[in-house]
Amino acid sequence: MILPDLLEVDKNRQLSPSSVHYWAGFKRALPIVLGYVPIGFAYGVLAGKSGLSGVNTLLMSLLVFAGSAQFIAVGLFAAGTGPAAVILTTFVVNLRHMLMAASLAPYLAGWKKRYLAFFSFELTDETFALHSSAAGKLNGCRLEALSLNVTAQASWVLGTGLGIIASGLIGDIKPLGLDYALAAMFIGLLVGQCKSLVQLITAILSGGIATLLYLAGWHQFHIIVATVAGATLGLGVELWIKR
Amino acid sequence: MAVVTYLPRLLPTLFLSGKTLRPIFTSWLRLIPPAVLAAMLVPSLLVRENSINLAFDNLFFWAALIAFPVAWRWNSLCATVLVGMGLVAVGRSLGWGM
Repeated sequence: MILPDLLEVDKNRQLSPSSVHYWAGFKRALPIVLGYVPIGFAYGVLAGKSGLSGVNTLLMSLLVFAGSAQFIAVGLFAAGTGPAAVILTTFVVNLRHMLMAASLAPYLAGWKKRYLAFFSFELTDETFALHSSAAGKLNGCRLEALSLNVTAQASWVLGTGLGIIASGLIGDIKPLGLDYALAAMFIGLLVGQCKSLVQLITAILSGGIATLLYLAGWHQFHIIVATVAGATLGLGVELWIKR
Repeated sequence: MAVVTYLPRLLPTLFLSGKTLRPIFTSWLRLIPPAVLAAMLVPSLLVRENSINLAFDNLFFWAALIAFPVAWRWNSLCATVLVGMGLVAVGRSLGWGM
């Protein structure tokens, strides 16, 4: 419903046909689609196995749309954790998106607030990685960026739906390696983000700190703390190299 | 859950869009993506039952050792995910690891 509306608006404003931008965004999203369908599938199966209803499982993919947070929430739900703890954990795990959104914000100068609101709703680790690798053209390609986001979420919802259907049929997800989908996706994204020596050093530092904090018993806050510490140390290295 | 997911994604784009940030802050933000991805990934590969495990039964770690070069060489998210999941699936069917 929102998308045709955006297409209309864009038609009046830009010379090139909007369908070109729509397809460009769709095509750029395809690598994410290929990752999201199996991961969404794994999430749907796990949620079904943990006793979450099909409607709630699907609504989470529609309204929350945060892969790792949804996996964690399902795990907590299965363990019988209360709603307050689930919400707090989600918040902490998702705080990293604040840093991601802030790093894209300078490139979104020309966007109206309603488009920013829609864009931000579908900002995930994966869409962020794609947007930040082509951040310079974000301002001029609003429709393409939004189409990329919508395609990504549609595939996530599709994967979730298939997973819900399959959860009754599959006895165990482990023989299929589905529990590795998220880690494998992070590997692909991380390699794409390590284009300079400083970024590589930052990743190693952050990963090391996160591991130490995790071993020390920080099972949720380790992500945000290690991210800030790793990026700050990485910046120090960058300044030291340039000196 | 929807609210606490949406607010951190929304507020920075709403309030920082178009603002010229200090160069040092921009440089810092550019290091956030590798930092956050590594922070989420590395513990899940190395830690098993609250201690670092690089032994043969840590299938996730060994699959990553192959998935990383695959991602590096072909620069494809899809290939990385399929190879990673495939390795874990095959490894388990051979009775290797958890």
